[in-house]
Amino acid sequence: MSAIHQYLDLYESNRELIDSKSAPLLNALRPKAAEALQTMRLPTRGSEDYELTDLEKMLAPDFGVNIARVPLPVDPARTFRCDVPHMSTTLFMLVNDKCAETDTTRRGLPDGVLAGSLRDIAASHPDVLAPYFGHIAPLSNPVVALNSLLAQDGFVLYVPRGVRIEKTIQLVDILSHEAPLMAVRRLLIIMEADSAATLLVCDHTQNAGVQLFNLQTVEVFAGAGARLDIYDLEESSTATSRLSAMYIKQEQNSNVLIDSITLYNGSTRNEYHCKLDGRGAHLRLLGMGIEDDTRHLDTYSRIEHNVPDCTTDELFKYVVDDEATGAFTGRIYVAKGASGTEAYQSNRNLVGSDTARMHSKPQLEIYNDDVKCSHGTAIGQLDPMQVFYMRTRGLSEAKARLLLKQAFMADVLDGIREESLRDRLRHLVERRFAGDTTPCTSCGAEGCKF
Amino acid sequence: MLKVKDLHARINGKEILKGINLEVRPGEVHAIMGPNGSGKSTLSMVLAGNPAYEVTGGEAEFYGKDLLAMAPEVRSHEGLFLGFQYPVEIPGVSMVNFMRAAVNARREYLGQPPMSATDFLKLMREKRAVVELDTKLASRSVNEGFSGGEKKRNEIFQMAVLEPRLSILDETDSGLDIDALRIVAEGVNKLKTDRNATIVITHYQRLLDYIKPDFVHILYKGRIVETGGPELALELEEKGYDWIKAREDEKEKHDPDKKQL
Repeated sequence: MSAIHQYLDLYESNRELIDSKSAPLLNALRPKAAEALQTMRLPTRGSEDYELTDLEKMLAPDFGVNIARVPLPVDPARTFRCDVPHMSTTLFMLVNDKCAETDTTRRGLPDGVLAGSLRDIAASHPDVLAPYFGHIAPLSNPVVALNSLLAQDGFVLYVPRGVRIEKTIQLVDILSHEAPLMAVRRLLIIMEADSAATLLVCDHTQNAGVQLFNLQTVEVFAGAGARLDIYDLEESSTATSRLSAMYIKQEQNSNVLIDSITLYNGSTRNEYHCKLDGRGAHLRLLGMGIEDDTRHLDTYSRIEHNVPDCTTDELFKYVVDDEATGAFTGRIYVAKGASGTEAYQSNRNLVGSDTARMHSKPQLEIYNDDVKCSHGTAIGQLDPMQVFYMRTRGLSEAKARLLLKQAFMADVLDGIREESLRDRLRHLVERRFAGDTTPCTSCGAEGCKF
Repeated sequence: MLKVKDLHARINGKEILKGINLEVRPGEVHAIMGPNGSGKSTLSMVLAGNPAYEVTGGEAEFYGKDLLAMAPEVRSHEGLFLGFQYPVEIPGVSMVNFMRAAVNARREYLGQPPMSATDFLKLMREKRAVVELDTKLASRSVNEGFSGGEKKRNEIFQMAVLEPRLSILDETDSGLDIDALRIVAEGVNKLKTDRNATIVITHYQRLLDYIKPDFVHILYKGRIVETGGPELALELEEKGYDWIKAREDEKEKHDPDKKQL
């Protein structure tokens, strides 16, 4: 029997409870999601576009879902307290799948901006969210359908027309429970015309060793001329599973940067579905995965150029060691009539051991002349001549390899538009490669990487 | 300081060095010359410890220690420096970070604490001046986008920072414009003391107009076939390598065991 049924059963037998703890906008989507799931078969390993991720297997364990919304005791400070210090952000937190108010909530945000709990804002401003919620991510995707079936809360950022938020908005997600738990998170980012914002999303896990699951759907709307940067950072444990489907719809001349950074994880599948629906829209999709031990990271991206004169710049880099596996599937689709498209896709990977595996599938699907497109992939090892050169200057082999791995990720980091964030993330990446997981001496907080 | 005895080495199963004998003492400048493919670069790679090369016989002592048993980084710490014929580009690693790592690795080996940031910057400034290395280059990635001359200059800069006891400069004159050649040679000459030594490996005599060798060795088919003073280089400049080739090939014909020597 498919793993879907346990979630459908959970929903069928608790509909009222689930609905009562959420908002009508979210509740309205559930029956449609249930209907879609009834006839759906979950992709298994080897299914088209699911080269290395078996959804059936991932979803099979009996994870608890906190549909009754009982408060789960979490000490947020343990995880995030100084993760990105010296960087001033407007901070929000999702504890499992509940948006926790923090001191800085809404403080300093310009008038008209809505930011915070999806449940609360869906209840207070349904008209603002309704045109977008559930309209960008389709229920034909099992991750979206399951998420839509069970999501009761999450995070919203709504930036009205012409409003430009200077300060980075940071969303810290914490997975934490003593027993296996699935957090069903829903994010909705609405950027009206000519607005601007930077969003840093940090996924953390507490209770390393406990099986925790992040089932996430993110809907992003970038209106005409809007500028949006999303940094999607995962620092979780090897026992963590993450299924994330992000859908982005871009209007005319919008400029979106998505940077997917997986520093520590367990088993992760990240999907990025981008529709360039307005002329002159620009998308930069960057990503890095640092995989060792038995970690698994699978990235799927589909970018649709539906109208003329849009540009895409896509780069994913992986370093895969030990017995880790990495997978990248990227497709750029250029529709008939999308003249003047410029789309570049690149996937570069370092494989550091005989038992590590990397799978790469770059794809272009072009139905129009007059386009500039390229794709490329490479899987290789560190250049022995570079290592030797560094050793002749006195660097140990380990140090040489460390510097080269850090350098390998440099162009992904260079794509980060905000300087202080770039410095911080570079530091995190350096520490990651150095294998330095000791807490910083200044606070000693668990999970703190500084 | 360096004693090489009957050194044999191969790469990809092919024997390149067929019995090298060489002794270098402090204060000396040696030039190793030879036609293309004679094993000049292999000798430098083997002495610096490139793991791609396999030593199949012979020995090399550096200040009484077994050089061939040392990892490349230990050879560096002990004071051996190789200036590459083709300096390697390392995109993403800045010169500053690279040199800091190099300097501190040496200090760690010597049981010294890491150099302070201000001392390190001072050292960089001082040494940059020796080779007139542009400040801009020092802030860029290692050798990335450097011209041929800049790369060579950068090798001498690194040599100046690391202050080796023995420098092996591999065809440092290839790809050098006249001005850069002068600067590199001046750098080498400025860094010369009576306690350190230099081996210059070169095909042309040109570099030796600037760097005066005490000994000139001719390498051919993996062996040193002629050793002399500076006049030998001039002779080569005048007569080319053909007379050496002809003489050695003739010897080989009459003495099939020569290869094993």
